[in-house]
Amino acid sequence: MRINKFVIGGVLILGAVVFLIWTATAANAEYFLTIDELNAKGSEVVDKSLRVSGAVIGDSIQYDAQSLTLTFEVAHVPADNLAIETEGGLAEVLHQAVLDPSRSRIKVVYEGVKPDLLRNEAQAIMTGRLGADGVFYAEELLLKCPTRYEEAVPDQADL
Amino acid sequence: MIANFGYGVLVITFLVTLYSVFAAIYGDRKQIPAMVESARRAMLLTWPLLTLTAGVLIYLLVNNHYEVQFVYEVTSRSMPTYLKVTAWWGGQAGSLLFWSWLMSAFASLVTLRKWDRDREFLPWVIVVACVTVAFFIGMNVFFENPFAQLYQTFDGVQAYTLKPADSVLFTPADGRGLNPLLRHPGMVIHPPMLYLGFVSFVIPYAFAIAALITGRTDDRWIRLTRRWTLWAWLFLSFGLVLGGRWAYDVLGWGGYWGWDPVEIAAFMPWLTGTAFLHSVMIQEKRGMFKQWNMLLIILTYDLVIFGTFLTRSGVLSSVHAFAQSAIGPLFFAFIGFTLITSVGLIIYRWSSLRSETQMTSLLSREALFLLNNLLFMSILVVCFWGVIFPLISELFSGQKVTVGPPFYERATSPLFGALMLLMGIAPLSAWGHSTVKTLGRAIWKPIVGAVAVTAVLFATYTQKVGALIGFFLVALVIFVTVYEYWRGAYARQRSQGENVLTAFWNLTGRNRRRYGGYIIHISMMLMAIGILGIEIFQLETQGTLKQGETLSVANYEVTYKEIAQWDDLPSGVNYRRAVLDVYQDGKHLGQLAPRIDYYYDSQQNMTIPGNRSTMRDDLYVLLVDWEPAAATGATFKIYVNPLVNWLWLGSFLFLAGIIIAAWPEREKERATVKAKASIRQQTSAAD
Repeated sequence: MRINKFVIGGVLILGAVVFLIWTATAANAEYFLTIDELNAKGSEVVDKSLRVSGAVIGDSIQYDAQSLTLTFEVAHVPADNLAIETEGGLAEVLHQAVLDPSRSRIKVVYEGVKPDLLRNEAQAIMTGRLGADGVFYAEELLLKCPTRYEEAVPDQADL
Repeated sequence: MIANFGYGVLVITFLVTLYSVFAAIYGDRKQIPAMVESARRAMLLTWPLLTLTAGVLIYLLVNNHYEVQFVYEVTSRSMPTYLKVTAWWGGQAGSLLFWSWLMSAFASLVTLRKWDRDREFLPWVIVVACVTVAFFIGMNVFFENPFAQLYQTFDGVQAYTLKPADSVLFTPADGRGLNPLLRHPGMVIHPPMLYLGFVSFVIPYAFAIAALITGRTDDRWIRLTRRWTLWAWLFLSFGLVLGGRWAYDVLGWGGYWGWDPVEIAAFMPWLTGTAFLHSVMIQEKRGMFKQWNMLLIILTYDLVIFGTFLTRSGVLSSVHAFAQSAIGPLFFAFIGFTLITSVGLIIYRWSSLRSETQMTSLLSREALFLLNNLLFMSILVVCFWGVIFPLISELFSGQKVTVGPPFYERATSPLFGALMLLMGIAPLSAWGHSTVKTLGRAIWKPIVGAVAVTAVLFATYTQKVGALIGFFLVALVIFVTVYEYWRGAYARQRSQGENVLTAFWNLTGRNRRRYGGYIIHISMMLMAIGILGIEIFQLETQGTLKQGETLSVANYEVTYKEIAQWDDLPSGVNYRRAVLDVYQDGKHLGQLAPRIDYYYDSQQNMTIPGNRSTMRDDLYVLLVDWEPAAATGATFKIYVNPLVNWLWLGSFLFLAGIIIAAWPEREKERATVKAKASIRQQTSAAD
C-alpha cells in the first residue's frame, strides 16, 4: 500500500510533465529552414510556423517609421556549422552570400522597432510565416553581427 | 614582450595545477601528509599566479596594446577605462581566464579553512578544484590564448602565440571595440556575479566527490558546504536578476527574460541548485535522499560547465553567444568525463548512501520536499528539452525543428504554479507524518485570506483567469509565511515576555536558516507579482508624432516636446535624445528622455528607453526612429508594464533573505567550540 501511493504519485507527475512537454512542443514547434530549403518547399510550408536564417542585404533595408514596418531581403547561407567552418567562418559566409547575386533570396517583412544590429551582412534568424505571396512575415527577429566583433584578424587596409 | 610574459605565467600556472592534482592523489594513496601539504601549497599558489596573469592582461587592455589580438577585438581608444577593464570578460579568451581566476580564489579560500577533523577530504577537494581550474587554464594555454599577438607574414596578418620566422609585429591603430550593447555598467557586475555563482557551486561538488571517494558519506560534507552553497546560490540568483534588469534597461524590447538559450543555460544550474538546497535539509533532518543529493550536486556542477560551454561554443544562436570555436568538443568531453566518473562513484557507494528512514505519509514535510524537487527537475527537463530539441529532431528526422519562448511559457507556467502552491502548503506540514486534517487546520485561515484578496482583485482589477490563479497563489504563500512567522513570534512574546519587534528579531536570529528561507519565499512572491504584471497586463502603443502631438496609452498621455542631437567626440558616440512630457489623467508628471546612441567605431545604434517607474506600473518609452530631414517628426513605441517594479523590489528582499540564512550562526558556533573535544555524533545532534 505504502509503496503504491508513492509510485502512483510519481507516475502521475511524470505523466503530467510528459504531457506538458508534448503538447507545448506540438503547439510551438518551428521548422528551421535555410532559404534554399524554403524556396524548394514553397507552397508546402505556407502559413506554417518557421524559423529561417539568412544574410541581410544592406541595400534592401527599408523602414517605414510611420507604420513601424521593416522590409529587407536576406540571402541563403548554409545552416550546417561544419559547412560554415570550411567556407571560412560565419563572417566570410555572410559576406559571400551578400555579394553573390545567384544566391536565392527572400523578402522579409517585420513590424516593430528596427533592431540595433540590423545591417548589411548581419545574420538574421527570423521566426514567422511564409505568406502565399512568397514574402516571409517575421514575428521575431534575432541578429548576429560576426563581422564586427568576432573577426579574428584586422583588414590589411588598416595599414 | 609583456604579452609573452603573461602567457609564460599562464603556462606555469597550468603546470602548477597539474602538479597539485598529482601530488594530492599520490600523497593520499601513499599516506604521505607532506605530499598533500605540498599539493595544498601549490594550489594556494595558483591564485597569485592567475592574478598576475590577469594583471598583465588588464595592463594590455587599459594601455591600448592592439598588437594583442584579444585587446584588438574587445577594446578601442574611445572606451572609458572601466570598460576596458571589464572587457577582460567581454571576449572568449578573457572570460575563460576570468573563470579560472575566480575558481582558484574560491578553491584557495576553502583550503585555508581549518581542516582538523576533515583532513581526509582535503586531498580530494584539491583534486576536484585543480582538475577544474586546470581544464579552464588548459583551454587558454592551448586553444584560446588571450596573449596571442598579431604578426605580419607573407601570407597576411595572423595571430600567433610565438613570433613566426620572417614576420613583423603588426599593431593596428585602434581596436574594434566592445559591442556597444556591452558598454554598460551592467557589464561590471552581471557577468562576474553569474561566474561567481558558477564557480562557487564547484566547492560543494568537490566536497561531495571527496565524501564519495573517502567513503565518509554521512552528512558531514553537506554541513561543511552549506554556507558555500547558499553563497553560490546568492551569486547565481543575483546574476540572473541583474541580467534581467540589464536587458530591461538596454536591450529595448521592454522585457527582462526572453528564454534565450544562454539565459536557460544559466537558469538550469539554478534549478538543480535550488532543488539541492531544499533536499539537503531532508538529509540533515531525516537521513534521507542521500543518493539524490549527490546526484543533484553533480548535475549542478555539470550544468555549470554546460552553461559555460553553451555560451562559449557558439552551438546556439543567441544574443550572448561568442564566436564559433574549437573548444566546444573539449567542453563536451570534460562534461562527459566528470559526469561518468561522478556517477560511477555514486554507484560504487550506493549502499552506504541508503536512506535511514522510510517515507510514510504523502503529506509529510519530507514528501512535499520530494515533490518540490520533482517540480524543479521537471522545469529542468522542460528547459533541457527546449535547448536540445533542435539537435534531436535533426538527428531523427533530418529536419531542424526549434521551439521558442511560447513553448517554455506554456510548459513551465503550470509547474511554477504548482511550486507556488507547494510553497504555501509545505511550511505548515509536519515531519514524518501529516494528514489532510492536521494540514487543513493549519491552512484554512491563510486560504480564506487568499480567497478574499482574489475576490477583491476580481472585483477591482482583473477578470483574467490566469492572473487570478497567480495572484491567489501569491496571496496564499504570503499569508502562510507571515502566519508562520507570527505564530513563532507570538509564542516567544508570551513565553519570553518580549515585545513584538524583539520577538521577531530573536526568532529570526535563533533559526536563521528557516526564517531566512521564509523571507526568500516572500521575496519570490513579490517577484511573481512583477512577472504576472508584465507578462499578462503589458500594454503597448506606437506612433509617429509631430512636435506637440500626443500619444495615449492606459491613463497616460505622452506629448512630444523636442529632440536634440549632438556628438560626444571623446567617447565616439552620437546622441539623439527626445524629450516628452508625461501626463496622467491630465496631470503633468514630468518628462522622459528616450535616446538612440550611435557608436562610430562599431557603426551601431543602441536604443536607451526612457522609463518612469512606480510600484503600480512602468511607463517605458523607446525612441524608434527619427529622420533628420523631417526633424519635426519622431516615432515612439510606448509600453506600460504594470507591477514590474515588484520584481526588482523582490530581488532586494531576496538578497536580504539569503544573507540572513547564510550568516554564521553565532550561538551554534559557541556550542561547537564547547563540544569540540567531544565526539562528532554529539555535535551533529546539537545542530
